[in-house]
Amino acid sequence: MSEQLALLPGYLTAHLQLTLVALGLGAALSIPTGVALTRWQRLEPAVLGVASVIQTIPSLALLAVMVPTLAAASALTARVFGIELRSIGYLPAVIGLTLYSVLPMLRNTVTGIAGVEPAVKEAARAVGMTDRQQLLRVELPLALPVIIAGIRTATVWVVGIATLSTPVGAPSLGNYIFTGLQTRNFTAVLTGCVASALLALVLDGIVRAYETGVRARSRPSLAVASVLLVSIAAYTAASFAFDRADSERRSLAIGAKTFTEQYILSEILGLQITRETGLPTRTVQSLGSTVAFDALTSGELDLYVDYSGTIWATIMQRTALPKNRDLVVEQVAKYLEANHGVLLAARLGFENTYALGMRGEQAQELGLRSISDLASHAPGLEIAGDYEFFGRPEWKAVRDTYELRFRKRREMDSALMYQAVKQKEVDVISAFSTDGRIAAFNLQLLEDDRKVIPPYDAIVLIRAATAREQPDVLRALSALDGSIDEREMQRLNLSVDRAGKTPREVAAEFVDR
Amino acid sequence: MIELDRVRKLYGEIVAVNDLSLTVRAGELVVLLGESGCGKTTTLKLINRLIEPTSGSVSIAGRSTTDVPGHQLRRGIGYCFQETGLFPHMSVGKNVAVTLDLLGWGDADQERRVAEMLRLVGLEPETFAGRQPSELSGGQRQRVGIARALAASPDILLMDEPFGALDPLTRHQLQRSFQKLRGSLELTAVFVTHDMVEALLLGDRIAVMDRGQLVQLGTPHQLLAEPATDYVVRLMETPRRQAEQVDALIAGSSTS
Repeated sequence: MSEQLALLPGYLTAHLQLTLVALGLGAALSIPTGVALTRWQRLEPAVLGVASVIQTIPSLALLAVMVPTLAAASALTARVFGIELRSIGYLPAVIGLTLYSVLPMLRNTVTGIAGVEPAVKEAARAVGMTDRQQLLRVELPLALPVIIAGIRTATVWVVGIATLSTPVGAPSLGNYIFTGLQTRNFTAVLTGCVASALLALVLDGIVRAYETGVRARSRPSLAVASVLLVSIAAYTAASFAFDRADSERRSLAIGAKTFTEQYILSEILGLQITRETGLPTRTVQSLGSTVAFDALTSGELDLYVDYSGTIWATIMQRTALPKNRDLVVEQVAKYLEANHGVLLAARLGFENTYALGMRGEQAQELGLRSISDLASHAPGLEIAGDYEFFGRPEWKAVRDTYELRFRKRREMDSALMYQAVKQKEVDVISAFSTDGRIAAFNLQLLEDDRKVIPPYDAIVLIRAATAREQPDVLRALSALDGSIDEREMQRLNLSVDRAGKTPREVAAEFVDR
Repeated sequence: MIELDRVRKLYGEIVAVNDLSLTVRAGELVVLLGESGCGKTTTLKLINRLIEPTSGSVSIAGRSTTDVPGHQLRRGIGYCFQETGLFPHMSVGKNVAVTLDLLGWGDADQERRVAEMLRLVGLEPETFAGRQPSELSGGQRQRVGIARALAASPDILLMDEPFGALDPLTRHQLQRSFQKLRGSLELTAVFVTHDMVEALLLGDRIAVMDRGQLVQLGTPHQLLAEPATDYVVRLMETPRRQAEQVDALIAGSSTS
């Protein structure tokens, strides 16, 4: 618990940086637009329609879609203005959240102004107000309670949805939730939920104080709300400046995808680098699989651990497989250096391959040892894979080569798959061969007898530029070469997934051995 | 002096006001009288350009109303109407001072003027200036509406059924105080109503309108004595017939 609380200031600050800026931008965008719509009513259905459509996009998808959108925009701005946009991290998250905050504020501005009595509007003209005076002295003040109600709705939404910005690389209170779910650390999940709920309540309370202050024309209420808001805004602004100073001191950014092994390895890399070179590091956790690689090539990450087969299949888009594990690593290294300015700093020694796994007793009952044996039984069985698996070329190769037709397939979080197969919710899962739960739950992996699944050597990838600037880092990492075998990785994973240790504790034990 | 010269207002195909010419002499109160939808309110709003005419022209004291921007024109013309249109987020005092504020008066001058105006319409400034419109009765709201319309000492006052929504007793009381008020101020006024009795009581002259057209213009006496059309005849008969009915009722109850 105390370890979780130690992370709170950082995550909370990051969360505030996202939500306050998104709400500020959203208000600056939607309130004037709302006012304009009441003047040019013909545009109203179209504009409100667009805002509503944005709202119907699932929030996680909206944030995720910002990454390729910004990458495309960045290519354009780089060509035209020579400015590159960061397509991962703060920018896509804050843009997504801003878009999400628009609808309630826009709609309430339009409704609020439209709701001002016609007699009052006529009176405003009749006493000699200009259009501008009518808007500022009569319509906006009368619409204000409704507009503020819209701001409150947007505030609560944005604080909640900001927890989903973790996978696009922007840290937030969502890191507690994503990491906690993966490592089965429910204290972390709960901390994230409670913290974001409290933040929503506090911000909502401040806006509500404005609302009552406006309604009741109570100066004390307005003053208290203003002091609170200004202090929070000042703190957030200061934290931006502080972050900038921090990044100028240049800590190395180490990435981690969304599963336990990745969290542990990112911590191991960080501890190893700091111990050997004294350089500060930071981890950027819970990145989507391809987000991590894009972040590395765009310079937002300095290093992370990937797997040779993943690069082979998804980045190099190769389908033909060399039978030799070493050959794949060699070709991946050559390809990445030549095409992406990325070096292979170390080959950790273990392979984390996709493997189809079943309950031991069921496999025995059906007499299954290999995937070939599975094919005839598949129509009566149910398979579960993680979110990526069924979209990956490896699955298509396995499915087509072995002619697998399952009764049903389900996608679920990789952290839950093992439990699901153990509890007979499903029969076959796309297991990771290094997961400690394979042994712990007495699961059996089916042999890939026709050698379709590529080898997945864990490899440390580092930006060539970083390696040039910090040759010591490369040296520190090469010390990890061959230092973790499959059994060791399973043990490390199990210490987190079953024994309830944190990835950082497990990593520290490993590095200090 | 207000002059409407062949003023016409179309809403698509519908003719709201049809080639209406009318002169309101300085210091005079002209009542625009007619049934709902006859164009009397439209005519009133054409004077202070709340509505712009399709054709024709309006001039005040010899100058076309289009010589100055609309908002500036309206700052010099008092206007009050049935719903009063008091600003619900402003106190009574601020409501009365709103045009003064637009004209750039200082705070002290505004305050003095607000007190003067509230007293003029029979409201105690100490009690009422700080109240919200929602805390007033209908009659009090209407008094505030008149105070607001008169605050900037306009030469012209336009009134659109200002007493229409009030109960009969309050209406009568306000009509009387308004008459007294007019006597003390040099006002040129146009007053819209569909109430015959009100028109006869308040109007120096009455302009009867029907379907967008001016049917007859004359003093109450002229209208009663020489109605120009059947419509005017029927209109003028209403109060008399009502009075007869009331008399009959009284006679009936005394004999029973």
